[in-house]
Amino acid sequence: MKVLQAPLSENDVRSLRLGEIVYISGPVITGRDEMHIRALEYAKDGKAVPSGINGSVLYHCGPIMKKDGDSWAVVAAGPTTSARMNSLEAEMISVFDIRAIIGKGGMSTETSETMKTTGCVYLAATGGAAVTLAEGLSSVVGVEWLDLGMPEAMWKFNANRLGPLVVAMDAEGNSLYEAVRRSLKR
Amino acid sequence: MIKLPETIEEVVVKLLRIANTRLPSDIGWALEASAGWETNEIAYSQLGCIMDNIKKAEYLGKPMCQDTGIPVFYVSGKFDSSIARSIECGVRRATQTIPLRPNTVDPLTRRNAGDNLGAGMPIIHYRPTNDEFTEITVLPKGAGSENMTKLKMLDPADGITGVKKFIVDSVLDAGGRPCPPTVVGVGIGGTADRCIEMAKEALLVPLDRSNDDPDLKQLEEELFVKLNASGLGPMGLGGDTTVLGVNIKKMCCHTASLPVAVNIGCWATRRATARIGKDGTVEYSQGDGQ
Repeated sequence: MKVLQAPLSENDVRSLRLGEIVYISGPVITGRDEMHIRALEYAKDGKAVPSGINGSVLYHCGPIMKKDGDSWAVVAAGPTTSARMNSLEAEMISVFDIRAIIGKGGMSTETSETMKTTGCVYLAATGGAAVTLAEGLSSVVGVEWLDLGMPEAMWKFNANRLGPLVVAMDAEGNSLYEAVRRSLKR
Repeated sequence: MIKLPETIEEVVVKLLRIANTRLPSDIGWALEASAGWETNEIAYSQLGCIMDNIKKAEYLGKPMCQDTGIPVFYVSGKFDSSIARSIECGVRRATQTIPLRPNTVDPLTRRNAGDNLGAGMPIIHYRPTNDEFTEITVLPKGAGSENMTKLKMLDPADGITGVKKFIVDSVLDAGGRPCPPTVVGVGIGGTADRCIEMAKEALLVPLDRSNDDPDLKQLEEELFVKLNASGLGPMGLGGDTTVLGVNIKKMCCHTASLPVAVNIGCWATRRATARIGKDGTVEYSQGDGQ
């Protein structure tokens, strides 16, 4: 079992090969459409964003969370469709030095090119495997921007062997999705 | 002790709990069969992760997917207009107690009230019959698969060849986004709105039930083989397992029309049905609700 320790360096991510199966431990944040939009707006207006976005492992995930007294517990946390963030991700990666994106379904060529330039990988989590993946996120650090609603808020976790994750878009511009798409038999 | 009959609200909470935490057995078997023939290593790892997840969700009583969807209800048999209010109360309570993810938002302001209710929610389809019982089926529909829905008003001249091409293209163009291996619901005929409704209703048909119409049965089998030979694979990462089943429904249409709709169900195509008898007894199942 290959376990990557976050935060990840540029060298860490550039050494990952397409198709490799890995797990991640360390800080992981969630972000979907609304979190991307707000983070980029704040950056544009020169406003401070919550700590933990810069250099992060960003998980496209809107978890089910449950409040136990004063603290939050994770119930289910599988990936959401990454393509919805296609128009926002290249800028997000550039502005916040995102090192790894976890999601499902893959992202655009534009995103892939930015990943190649800055050093970032895309890790595919198994869509819908929300209970298995939540086991790797049992340590909840906190939440930001909860006014966006539970799915769209920015949740912070200290991951423990989150996975399995497939290196589906590497930091050299290669994409498993593109390879599969090109060889599809219709 | 006298056992009081369950209220509709309680039935709805239980239905949502069953549907979200326990995958219907026919879908589970289809996944296991797929893992048996899968030759691609990454694909096999995805199927393994899915099956591990299904077992844990059922054992822990947790929703198998964080996208607990928009609950789509089908009510048939004997009922009155108060049932809508009871279903709404059940959805609100299930959202808190199971818990479900609060998914419904205003389409423009994106405001989330947190209870899975709001204008038009939940979706309820009514089909009154002369039966003495009431049947309620729920299909929790996630957005990953729902966003891949396609409708095309084909020209009648496009014929069966055009129908097949549209279905194959709809599934393959969706790629990994609807969480393959998927269940493909297809509606052929009707008006545009009924065509899409049929495609969604087709997702409620168990995969081990063969189509009564021999021509549709053959078409389902042909598309099943073709889609699994495409190479798309689980999550669009490549492999031999792209679909778990293809379910097709048809109805007549205008002589100038050939509507075809595709509504995809993710691998977690969830459903549960309750039949409430005249005496108040409730039977739960995860078979066909239609």
